Amino acid sequence: MNAVYVLWIRQLKRYSRSRARIVGSLGQPLLFLVALGFGFGPIFRRAGAGNYLQFLAPGVIGMTILFSAVFSGIELIWDRQFGFLKETLVAPVPRMMIMIGRTCGGATVSLVQGLIVVAICYVAGFRAASFASWPFAFVFMALIAIMFTAFGTAIASVLSDFQAFQLVMNFLIMPLFFLSGALFPLNGVPRALQIVAAVNPFAYGVDGMRVAFGASASQFGAVMDLAVLGAITLLLLGVGGYLFSKIQL
Amino acid sequence: MIRVENLVKKYGDFTAVNDISFEVDQGEVFAFLGPNGAGKTTTIKMLTTLLKPTSGTVEVDGLDPSISHHEVRKRFGIVFQDPSLDDELTAYENLELHCILYKVPRKARKERIEKLLGLFELWERRDDPVKQFSGGMKRRLEIARGLLHTPKILFLDEPTLGLDPQTRNHLWAHVQKLNHEEQVTVFLTTHYMEEADRVAQRIAIIDHGKIVAQGTSEDLKRRTSTQTLEQAFLALTGSTIRDEIAGSIDQMRQMSRMWRGGRR
Repeated sequence: MNAVYVLWIRQLKRYSRSRARIVGSLGQPLLFLVALGFGFGPIFRRAGAGNYLQFLAPGVIGMTILFSAVFSGIELIWDRQFGFLKETLVAPVPRMMIMIGRTCGGATVSLVQGLIVVAICYVAGFRAASFASWPFAFVFMALIAIMFTAFGTAIASVLSDFQAFQLVMNFLIMPLFFLSGALFPLNGVPRALQIVAAVNPFAYGVDGMRVAFGASASQFGAVMDLAVLGAITLLLLGVGGYLFSKIQL
Repeated sequence: MIRVENLVKKYGDFTAVNDISFEVDQGEVFAFLGPNGAGKTTTIKMLTTLLKPTSGTVEVDGLDPSISHHEVRKRFGIVFQDPSLDDELTAYENLELHCILYKVPRKARKERIEKLLGLFELWERRDDPVKQFSGGMKRRLEIARGLLHTPKILFLDEPTLGLDPQTRNHLWAHVQKLNHEEQVTVFLTTHYMEEADRVAQRIAIIDHGKIVAQGTSEDLKRRTSTQTLEQAFLALTGSTIRDEIAGSIDQMRQMSRMWRGGRR
């Protein structure tokens, strides 16, 4: 258990010491919020769909967590290249524990990033329906964070360098984000797109957050969101842990 | 303590380790020598659960590293050939992390860290992030870390590479002390023949993935009719210079510098 704790702390220390990473990773959500939120706001309202910022904010918060979590998971490649991974792999600690420690650390970091974006959204004018929304939304944020850190770890366990990183970003993570309904409502889009969203775990995370923050319409329903996210998170932790334990150097 | 029989490791067509066999007794200091790319590190990786052999038998303290990973990992300590520190953490934090992973009792932690940082003259710099350290300092820290806990078997993969003579002496004195007082079995590789001659009871020489000779330093000199271990080594392995296969790691390092920009 100490090993899990020390690896978790390690990741928090690394995060808190790199201001460039904290600030740098806030640029993208800020841009999305300003350009899309304020840019499409008037059209959205004219179309009778209500306040776009209110709709978009959970999507942007989710995006921040998604990208940050996958990146935290993929940082494993960094540790492999710079050698620190060896130090943990030969330690007399079950690899599952090491994987859990790393995942907790990465998930916490991305959750913190998400909370910073929550604050930014709040400043931009986003409001939760009630005070009770927050713990509920937090659960969904945490699930997205854990799920995608485990996902990143699983991917990084089978990659030995960053050559394939672009591939993962452009063909896995970007589609997960853009085809999730984070930016647009899913009712009324072509059927094909709806089906794609229905098999996209990130879509359930965004939908769950929206419900938590008090959106009137839900694509899948909060119970379904929670069930899907929970199940996929467990699955990815299992797969990630297995692949991690099989790493050879 | 270590028993290797007909060990083979292939990467595609390339055979890194080609049918080697040797034994290391409990409490022995065993030197594994060979030119660059001979298969030393690959062998160590197979002994330390980091790599699965293609075929052959490996036993560490009677256990197979590719099956009983966890049990084997409890038995050894290692100083790696290439860096394995966390650059963003301080020297002290790196050692503390190691202590926790290796379950060094809380009370002993501070004392041992202080002792080893003192021994390798890094105590003054304990709170500086490792990324600010020079190559030699990182190396010293790496060795200090490897000696924090007392394992049954200690693997030292070219530990003295890039170290000044003072540090080398400290290191070997400490290793010999561990060997005498705690009966730690030591498995080492080095390019400095006089070191191997001084500390190792037995020596195996590997070249192109095959063991070309093993025995005591005296045996090797006698067999090759040479005066020094270095001459014996050259007589056994020839004098051509080997190229190591260019790793992707160098490329990676370069790329990461671009990626992280000011961070590193």
